Amino acid sequence: MGVMKKLMTTIAAAAAFAGSAAHAEDVRIALVVKALGIGFFEAAAKGAEEAAAELGDVEIIYTGPTDTTAEGQIEVINSLIAQGVDAIAISANDPDALVPALKKAMDRGITVISWDSGVAPEGRQMHLNPSSTELIGNTIIKLAADHMPEGGDVAILSASATATNQNAWIEAAKEVLPNYPGVNLVATVYGDDLSDKSYREAQGLMASYPDLKAIIAPTTVGILAASQAVTDAGKIGEINVTGLGLPSEMAGAVESGATISFAIWNPIDLGYAATTLAYNIHKGAATDAGSEIPMGRMGTATLDDTGAAAMSDPFTYDASNIEQFKSIF
Amino acid sequence: MSTTERFIPDRLQSPLQKKIKSWESLLLAVAIAIFIANSFASPYFLNAWNLSDATFNFTEKAMIAFAMALLIIAGEIDLSVASIIALASTAMGAAAQFDVSTLTLVLIGLGVGLACGAFNAILVCGMGLPSIVVTIGTMSLFRGISYIVLGDQAYRGYPSDFAFFGQGYVFWVISFEFVLFALIAVLYGILLHKTNFGRAVYAIGNNATGALFSGIRVNRVKSILFLLTGLMSGVAAVCLTSRLGSTRPSIGLGMELEVVTMVVLGGVNILGGSGSIPGVVIAAFVMGLVTFGLGLLNVPGIVMSIFIGALLIGVIALPRLWEMWRK
Repeated sequence: MGVMKKLMTTIAAAAAFAGSAAHAEDVRIALVVKALGIGFFEAAAKGAEEAAAELGDVEIIYTGPTDTTAEGQIEVINSLIAQGVDAIAISANDPDALVPALKKAMDRGITVISWDSGVAPEGRQMHLNPSSTELIGNTIIKLAADHMPEGGDVAILSASATATNQNAWIEAAKEVLPNYPGVNLVATVYGDDLSDKSYREAQGLMASYPDLKAIIAPTTVGILAASQAVTDAGKIGEINVTGLGLPSEMAGAVESGATISFAIWNPIDLGYAATTLAYNIHKGAATDAGSEIPMGRMGTATLDDTGAAAMSDPFTYDASNIEQFKSIF
Repeated sequence: MSTTERFIPDRLQSPLQKKIKSWESLLLAVAIAIFIANSFASPYFLNAWNLSDATFNFTEKAMIAFAMALLIIAGEIDLSVASIIALASTAMGAAAQFDVSTLTLVLIGLGVGLACGAFNAILVCGMGLPSIVVTIGTMSLFRGISYIVLGDQAYRGYPSDFAFFGQGYVFWVISFEFVLFALIAVLYGILLHKTNFGRAVYAIGNNATGALFSGIRVNRVKSILFLLTGLMSGVAAVCLTSRLGSTRPSIGLGMELEVVTMVVLGGVNILGGSGSIPGVVIAAFVMGLVTFGLGLLNVPGIVMSIFIGALLIGVIALPRLWEMWRK
């Protein structure tokens, strides 16, 4: 890791010099996120900057609305079209509502890809999944099952009821449930990715299901709120909070034992890969089914029939590695 | 005949003086300043198509804001407008699954809006409940129904000519939504400033009891205002649904606060009794220009909302500060 990092920095520095020379013809890539001020997306922006430094002739515009609405993202897209950016890489708040706006962007010659949370195929040229839905669905159940050998009740605390990716993961998780006998999913509740609402929903779960053994929150806001709720209720050791979280935010919960382990892909890698893909497609890479598009140090993305590709497997964080990652993102 | 002469002014300020010192003039100056600042700040601002795109940032909200302005002037408020959009849009989406005509869809959208307005009117005017409490309740109720119907699903498959309302252009860069916005502005301007009904709205906002004893049917006027607000939310639902080409229960989430912000920025007294439609029109442009201009500079949305908040407080505090300074 250390060697890799040094190598990357060297490449980045070299690329930065090359970049300043070619400033006039910079490829302007807009990284549009669901809402600003979310740790995950801030980390993705770091990855995008890293890719920009590596590619040299790239200028990153990191932007997004204040709250996670489709209407807010359409306003952002309109202003990006007005600026005539070269590419838009978006994590969508709504797969359908953004289609008319993104179609307009493509009509005006802008490369459009979605990443993380996708857009319907007619509204983008490709979609980059951080991982595959099946793998994530399996991972979040496995994380809970690994620490409850005798089985028991588990509940899911998700983001909003309309969140595309969370719903897909929960669906996949339900499909693999039969592989984990003894794991009994009792409820799925929605905290809307708001700290206070997620906290209350977690409290509600503990009150409604006294035998609850684990809360699975496939959202960084939800897992943090749930681990706080479990800590405040004095139920550390009784209820294990797991799911998808950010190491920097979850370090305290792992230390206290409210969370034994959790998973996430690396958002830095995701922002990096999305930027590289947008750049390569802007430079002419084909986006037909089966196309292989290079994404720098992350390897190659292979597009499926719907123009989607998976980046990599999710990664598990626990007491053994949290210290190392909490300062990264 | 008489030997003593006393000068009694028939008005305190000349009409011109009054116009210059009015809220609308201050706001218009702010709008022009923002327009000029934007033209200098971004090379992309002065472009007909870009400015046309920018109008979509406020047209739907402004349509509701006109009706809301009347309601607030009359001393009431409706916080359920964004949820009415969600319910109306859900109803249209459900109907679209049965291949009904575009006209039917529009009528359903407007009808649901009107029905929601009527529901609010019955609770507030019929039962005498406070509107802020009632509409906080119906805000959850109306959107809740959408969530029950749709859950995490979306309605798509609107007829292709339905797209005209939110994506169509009447002439060159002039969008259908913008024309509708202008038309509605004129209608509400006439209603508030040129009719007996408009006078009654002001009277109720200043003193509801006094208005009642002066022979104004207070509850009937208020009921009509709730119906109008519901209807305008229905119109906004048609436009927004058409623009998005799909319906999810989260459609228009949080829009009610932006509508109220627009109304207050437009100089309408939040306690009722005063305000004007031209003020709301200019406020709509101010908010649209600010968000679009800052968007062109890629100012993050968080900073943008701080800016809108500061603008609101600034514009409201400015006349008061001016008075204090003169004393």
